Amino acid sequence: MTVKNTVKASEKKQRITIRFAGDSGDGIQLSGGQFTNTTALFGNDLSTLPDFPAEIRAPAGTLFGVSGFQIQFSSTDVHTPGDEFDVLIAMNPAALKVNLKQLKQNGIIIVNKDAFSVRNLKLADYDQNPLEDRSLDGYQVFDVPITSLTRETLVDTSLSAKEKDRCKNFFALGIAYWMFTRPLDTTLRWIETKFKSKPDLVEANSLALNAGYGYALSTEIFTTSYHIEQAKVEPGIYRNITGNEAIVIGLITAAKKAGMELFLGGYPITPASDILHYMSRYRNYDVKTFQAEDEIAGIGAALGASFAGALGVTASSGPGIALKSEFLGYAVMTELPLVVINIQRGGPSTGLPTKTEQSDLLQAVYGRNGEAPIPVVAAQSPADCFNAAFEAAKIALKFTTPVLLLSDGYIANGAEPWRIPDPDNIPEIKIQYAESNGEYKPYLRNPDTLSRIMSLPGTAGNEHRLGGLEKEDISGNVSYDADNHDKMVRLRAEKISKINTLVSSPVLDGESKGDVLIISWGSTFGTIKNAVEKIRENGNSVSWYHMRWINPLPPNLSEFIHNFKHVLVPEINLGQLIKIIRSEYLVDAKPFNLVRGLPFSTRDIINAYYSITGK
Amino acid sequence: MQETLQKDSVTQYSKDDFSSDQEVRWCPGCGDYSILAQTKKVLPELGIPREKIVFVSGIGCSSRFPYYVNSYGIHSIHGRAPAIASGIKLTNPELKVFLVTGDGDGLSIGGNHLIHLCRRNIDITVLLFNNRIYGLTKGQYSPTSEKGKITKSSPYGALENPFNPIKMAIAAGATFVARSIDREPKHLAETIAEAAKHKGTSFVEIYQNCNIFNDGAFEQLTGKEKKDHIVIMEEDKPYIFGTNNDQVIDWRDNHFYREKLDSSKSYINHTPNKKRDAIEFALAELSDNPELPTPIGIFKRTNEETYDGLLTKQVSDVKEKLGNGDLNKLLFSGNTWEIK
Ligand code: SF4
Repeated sequence: MTVKNTVKASEKKQRITIRFAGDSGDGIQLSGGQFTNTTALFGNDLSTLPDFPAEIRAPAGTLFGVSGFQIQFSSTDVHTPGDEFDVLIAMNPAALKVNLKQLKQNGIIIVNKDAFSVRNLKLADYDQNPLEDRSLDGYQVFDVPITSLTRETLVDTSLSAKEKDRCKNFFALGIAYWMFTRPLDTTLRWIETKFKSKPDLVEANSLALNAGYGYALSTEIFTTSYHIEQAKVEPGIYRNITGNEAIVIGLITAAKKAGMELFLGGYPITPASDILHYMSRYRNYDVKTFQAEDEIAGIGAALGASFAGALGVTASSGPGIALKSEFLGYAVMTELPLVVINIQRGGPSTGLPTKTEQSDLLQAVYGRNGEAPIPVVAAQSPADCFNAAFEAAKIALKFTTPVLLLSDGYIANGAEPWRIPDPDNIPEIKIQYAESNGEYKPYLRNPDTLSRIMSLPGTAGNEHRLGGLEKEDISGNVSYDADNHDKMVRLRAEKISKINTLVSSPVLDGESKGDVLIISWGSTFGTIKNAVEKIRENGNSVSWYHMRWINPLPPNLSEFIHNFKHVLVPEINLGQLIKIIRSEYLVDAKPFNLVRGLPFSTRDIINAYYSITGK
Repeated sequence: MQETLQKDSVTQYSKDDFSSDQEVRWCPGCGDYSILAQTKKVLPELGIPREKIVFVSGIGCSSRFPYYVNSYGIHSIHGRAPAIASGIKLTNPELKVFLVTGDGDGLSIGGNHLIHLCRRNIDITVLLFNNRIYGLTKGQYSPTSEKGKITKSSPYGALENPFNPIKMAIAAGATFVARSIDREPKHLAETIAEAAKHKGTSFVEIYQNCNIFNDGAFEQLTGKEKKDHIVIMEEDKPYIFGTNNDQVIDWRDNHFYREKLDSSKSYINHTPNKKRDAIEFALAELSDNPELPTPIGIFKRTNEETYDGLLTKQVSDVKEKLGNGDLNKLLFSGNTWEIK
């Protein structure tokens, strides 16, 4: 390759969204991850989302085998991984086809021209080569023979042809680094550690990365690079974190702050398995993980662990939660602390395992036999999963109750920078156990929280029995008494309402009266924040209330919910929170629903706003 | 707190110290009474402080058991006792955990959990009360009911083959497998005591008469001629039985045969500790063969690593290697960067 001196333009941009796409085997997630680390260390705010095919090893070149990774980064705040993207890096025709509709007009396409073979075009259902038929005229297309350039770069190495081809993602990454003025050193260092035992791979991957960068710098086809300044974010130490990682770290922190072991009873299920994977690494943090024979045993073992004095946790997704529901009722009856995590996915049944949805809210709030109230808390973003998990554990322990923590596939796998809190500033979780005095009453309650005062096996004199049969108030003896049952049903419900004494209500964003109040929950937070900002930028008014605890309902909502002409509740389901809002507040709220297995786009929300206001 | 109880007070426990204040509510004449009595007799002998004992059960007549024992206890949900018991034992390996279940609870709705408990060899003692019927729900055939049995849910006869619980436990990997009978109190107490002392999953099938819905299910084994129908397995002794102690079963050509005892001949001895799978299974199958006596006693007893032991070791190994978990390290791990 000859290096020519070309004069290149540099353009300043505030915000960029890039989509990496290709076959599962193209190293897309790896390239995306590297671009993310580099961008984070560079100082931009960012948010990312991987998009895996449902099949583990889908046939190469097929439309359903396309794997994607999206990152939005900016010199100002970023709330989501972005809706439409500015840049599409497509490693084959299928990746181009699947993603093109989400590329902005005049967006940038970088393709691996070598992959546009007759066979691959056919696999992607292209009758003609889109690189030649002018169908991409509305875009800036850079068709680079990435495979052959990578081979050429590595011609002197000892790698096999197949191994050389595997380095092509680093070549593509090098192009992206040049185009968005990113430094190479973070990835070069990563390559060195990752392939420490294989020096020839260190050399080859580093060569490919440098060559991609050099190619973009020196050839005439790339004329402009883009500069995205560092974001002004709150000072502190940051790391990039996915929702599932944040849950694990939040729970371990809670267990440590409560001075107890953590016990996770789990069973493999998409998209919750990563919680089991991450958690199982932390044996030295007194974390015991138990891969049970099924979902039911997972929650059962966790509840047994809680009885014995650990923080019992189980993590699953909708179908697994359905299996656990009998135990949830049992945990309500025995009033033992337990954290139950539901990483929601598309349902019903097996549904769309790798896609996101908010359709398990009613299951969480109501899905049990009998009057079985369970606190429900919803995380709003990947980094927020830390706080949500910590709070879920704290409430479970303080109120001796199971708590359902709702996340979903979108924030579980998505990542964003997390400003790491100083662990010394996180308050301890103090738990009151009964004294050993031989007069233990298992259903005697703390008057403030109405929680049971537990006594752990091993405490002499406090031997007692728990079970799923109705309990007599205070003594905990089995009781079939009618009045006692009515009393206990009410006590259990009242206990849950007391949680509001320990958690704070969300703050209303905007005026407390006006035309439109948007009420939302969970992972739609970032998108709705974007939409609200845009609506206001356009001179319109909107108030926004994003809920954290769905059960118990936050006390401040009733103060203003009736002050608006329209109440809009957008959800990625057919209207679940809205049913609770309408029945609890007797307000004529209007739903906005899309159930496509995908997050909302900002535009969706803005359109919903305009259609409700008629503006 | 757990260490404060002195050994003296432990040894001073009597049977009554393990009686809870709850009124026992099984049907008069139910075999469960005998099992409760023998268990309470064994508990003081174990030398374990009362507060370190936990009884866990599922749902069914047998599963009322924890309410009647003055220790820590959990009456859980149908079939799931093994899950709860596992969580308890793994969290606090100091506790002695008993699991009380029945043929419906343990082998039908909870069958999956029970086999995995045995497979993991968690140090838990399982007492399975086998009365070959669903009692609490008033008389449906169970997974151990004989084929053709007429019950409320099988008026024309049950079509299913019964489970052999001993075979199942051996196959699933329990490291202690035994059988006893409610009507053999001494044998029952000894068997429960041996099971309780075993390290690993110990499984005891207890034939239990449900005098309301399946009376006489074990008539042959408990009636006047019982000695002709049961063989008590004793370690390092041949399998001699019969009202006059003149019958024996012997192992030849991979089978057990019944014959008249001949004092001049030598017979195979019972060796439950030797991991002789074929013999263990063959012994387990005898109860299905009307021609041969039903063995009671210990079928299998081997010493193997327990899951709880391995987990405790893994935790300390990882701590040794990586150091005690430190929240600062946990939170600030991975690629961090500072914004000033
Ligand atoms: S129904 Fe049968 S097993 Fe249940 S308590 Fe009565 S006699 Fe015992």
